[in-house]
Amino acid sequence: MTAHLVFDEPDKRNRLDAMAQEVVGRPIDRSEGALKVSGRAVYAAEQATSLWSEKRAECLYGVFVRATVPLGRVASLASGEARAVPGVLEVLQDPRLVRHPAQGMARKSPPQDLSEVTYFGQPLALVVAESFEAAREAARLVRVEYETSAEAELDPAQAPSELPEKKQSAQGDLEAALREAAVSLDASYSTPSMAAAAMEPHAALAWWEGDRVTLCGAYQMVSQNAEELADALGIAPGKVRVLSPFIGGGFGSKLGIAPEAVAAAVAARTLGRPVMVTLARQQEFEIAHRRSETGQRVRLALDADGRLTGIGHEARVSNLAGESFSEPVQQATHFTYRGENRQIRHEVARVNLTCAGSVRAPGEAVGVTIFEMALDELAEKAGLDPLELRLRNIPEEDPETDKPFTSHMLAEALRDGADRFGWSDRRAPGERRQGEWLLGMGMASAVRVNMLHKARVRVTLTGEGARVESSMTDIGTGTYTILTQIVAEMLGLAPDRVRTILGDTDLPEGSGSGGSIGAASNGSAAFLACEEIRRQIAAQMGCPEEELTLKDGRATCGNRTRDLAELVTEPLSAEGHFEPGKALKGVRSSTWGAHFAEVAVNEITGEVRVRRMLGVFAAGRILNEKTARSQCLGGMTFGIGMALMEEMVHDRRFGQVVSRDLANYHIPAHADVPALEVHFLEERDSYGGTLQAKGIGELGICGSGAAVINAIHNACGVRVRDLPATPDKVLEGLCALGR
Amino acid sequence: MKTTLTINGEPREIEAEARVTLLDALRHEIGLTGTKKGCDHGQCGACTVIVDGRRINSCLTLLCTQEGAEVVTVEGLGEPGRLSALQEAFLAQDGFQCGYCTPGQICSATAMIEEAAKGWPSWVSESLEGEAVLSREEISERMSGNLCRCACYPNIVDAIAKVAEARMAEAAE
Ligand code: FES
Ligand code: FES
Repeated sequence: MTAHLVFDEPDKRNRLDAMAQEVVGRPIDRSEGALKVSGRAVYAAEQATSLWSEKRAECLYGVFVRATVPLGRVASLASGEARAVPGVLEVLQDPRLVRHPAQGMARKSPPQDLSEVTYFGQPLALVVAESFEAAREAARLVRVEYETSAEAELDPAQAPSELPEKKQSAQGDLEAALREAAVSLDASYSTPSMAAAAMEPHAALAWWEGDRVTLCGAYQMVSQNAEELADALGIAPGKVRVLSPFIGGGFGSKLGIAPEAVAAAVAARTLGRPVMVTLARQQEFEIAHRRSETGQRVRLALDADGRLTGIGHEARVSNLAGESFSEPVQQATHFTYRGENRQIRHEVARVNLTCAGSVRAPGEAVGVTIFEMALDELAEKAGLDPLELRLRNIPEEDPETDKPFTSHMLAEALRDGADRFGWSDRRAPGERRQGEWLLGMGMASAVRVNMLHKARVRVTLTGEGARVESSMTDIGTGTYTILTQIVAEMLGLAPDRVRTILGDTDLPEGSGSGGSIGAASNGSAAFLACEEIRRQIAAQMGCPEEELTLKDGRATCGNRTRDLAELVTEPLSAEGHFEPGKALKGVRSSTWGAHFAEVAVNEITGEVRVRRMLGVFAAGRILNEKTARSQCLGGMTFGIGMALMEEMVHDRRFGQVVSRDLANYHIPAHADVPALEVHFLEERDSYGGTLQAKGIGELGICGSGAAVINAIHNACGVRVRDLPATPDKVLEGLCALGR
Repeated sequence: MKTTLTINGEPREIEAEARVTLLDALRHEIGLTGTKKGCDHGQCGACTVIVDGRRINSCLTLLCTQEGAEVVTVEGLGEPGRLSALQEAFLAQDGFQCGYCTPGQICSATAMIEEAAKGWPSWVSESLEGEAVLSREEISERMSGNLCRCACYPNIVDAIAKVAEARMAEAAE
């Protein structure tokens, strides 16, 4: 039985609020938590040893041979020496292998043909051996000669570029607004390439049974990934099964099928044995999608009342030739603030560097951050409190399309955050000091577009409890737990009576994890399935579904109560199928928030330490306060990284990633992160599917880095416009100020 | 070559090449995959295990150098239904999201609490002598070899602080 809903109308029923179990929203522990803290959760590279022990001895290991030039053709690939290494079975070159990962939701193979090199570090062949150690050794012994006819484009600032027509927009007359403005700003900024750097490197284990391949991999969107893999292999999607029950973080880097998956599948086919391919951390930095560097120019016009009359936001990003993805830097600039005269320019440079793709909150992560830094500068020029500047410029409706907002919580988040944080204690730059440390506060708005995606979830109720099944994944986001809670709520069960099974393409097709779509989309599908089951129970009880109360395993209609265990003699099963429809067409849907940070800047060394940070967030119904909070902590910390340390450096001569490991690419460590505070503004957004919920996984990173950068200025008067604000840049600023 | 050692209390004899790390031996030879590989270069701490009472990066340790060692991995600290106090605390405080760095964090913290109980100072300790009190700052400093990209740091520190407090009280008795 399928309960299908095309989401054409907002759902104002708030049905979850009418349920009796009272588990949705509660900060319950993660349902898969005991497995994770005890080391029993099985990740991709472990399936061979754990899930599948009888075949363990058969498993082979693959290691990539990779390009040492950024552009060219492979003239020859000599594998004799490699093949002579004991244990080596094959040096695989195959037209089906792929050059880089697929973009999120591609549903088709990324470019194939490895003889064409388009970036440094691109896979060229796969060495397969009986042991990981032998494969690794042999991969270094393969000798590759290249032919090069053209110069590689290694400098994103200089490379030839395109202006994709759909990504430009203008209204009114920005130049005139700037001329007439009481206060204006024209400033250029930059952010470097960044890495998702999930702690689990990409990994794939493949084996074949007849013409059917099973892939255990670390992927965020397994149903889409199965189609991508099938396309790469040239087989029917039905012949591919992908399993990703546990994923060690994604942040966008595992959205699409990646070279290791295709290579493992092809090698397993060729050799007739299971093959595992894992990326070393250095390969991870060079092969997995990077977040594009950006060059940004922000122009702002403000009238005498502190109201924005003009907004210009230009961005230059980069990617490989032919890739349609380009970091959507200005995604939120379109609608966050008022102003009649607006101009967006979006330029894409074509380079021979690691493929650029989605990394946590593509667009807003860097776009909102820079824009919020610019607003801080404008506020200073105008002599306005930065908080006040934002409050004066919140639009009534989408300023470009006049569409109404489904909910707009920015003002509330800003005010609430300012109160909690003690924003009124903020002083002028240089006024707060502790020894050689200067203290300052900064703030920024948080905004992230909200999306829904089609999703299917099956729920089966038996006398013992419920089972929830979908190909949806949990990449640390809390999906196991929130789906468990939703079903427990709807069916009146204790959460430990609900078992959620995810990450298997044999199950109904979930949305996958990406773009913060997971909770609302799959949650809505689970809701629909439960609603159908409730209807069936209500029919048995002889009342309408709305009058049925399910709680603690008992069904109540009017004055009649029965145990579910005795009522449900045959399993009741329903598949919820949620599809976004017309509801979201005429509106602007977004999540909102505010960031506040206090930093200390060392006057002598230029070092910046984050002292405290607060995020206030509104994302519709919060499904689990504990896991939602953790998502926000994670996002805010990504912001600290972006502001202070993360920088993927490419060698401008050869195109290789210089900071290609965790010793050189710095991500925040324990000592970099104080006790961050998160607060939610609960709301019900009727456009957030049947749960009135929106995504929370990316909001925390949108703008948090700006709060840190703005706090640096408030501490010591230094504006850093080129991220990250490493000590050398802060010091240079301090020297320029004569400090 | 053969290495004889104890893993989670069980005597083991492992036949492996000299270049096999303790990490790969645990994962590939023994099938104890709780210990994770995040970098293979001593940069992330995901592979932390406890050897003879001290936390080490098992990716930087060759199996063959561990003859006679007593190795404890996350699996040896507890199991579902019988979790260690720290494992329970990580669960309650949501000291993890994806869970990939978690075994390393927990092994590291388990040994770290003992180091502090013995009075070992850290970079941020006020003095090199006397008691080591596990303040937030001390915990963060001592745990900075364990990266978490999900960035559960505040929650991890909360979890460790809870258990450390109980341990310190015990040590004081
Ligand atoms: S895997 Fe050993 S420190 Fe990263
Ligand atoms: S929980 Fe994901 S890396 Fe720490």
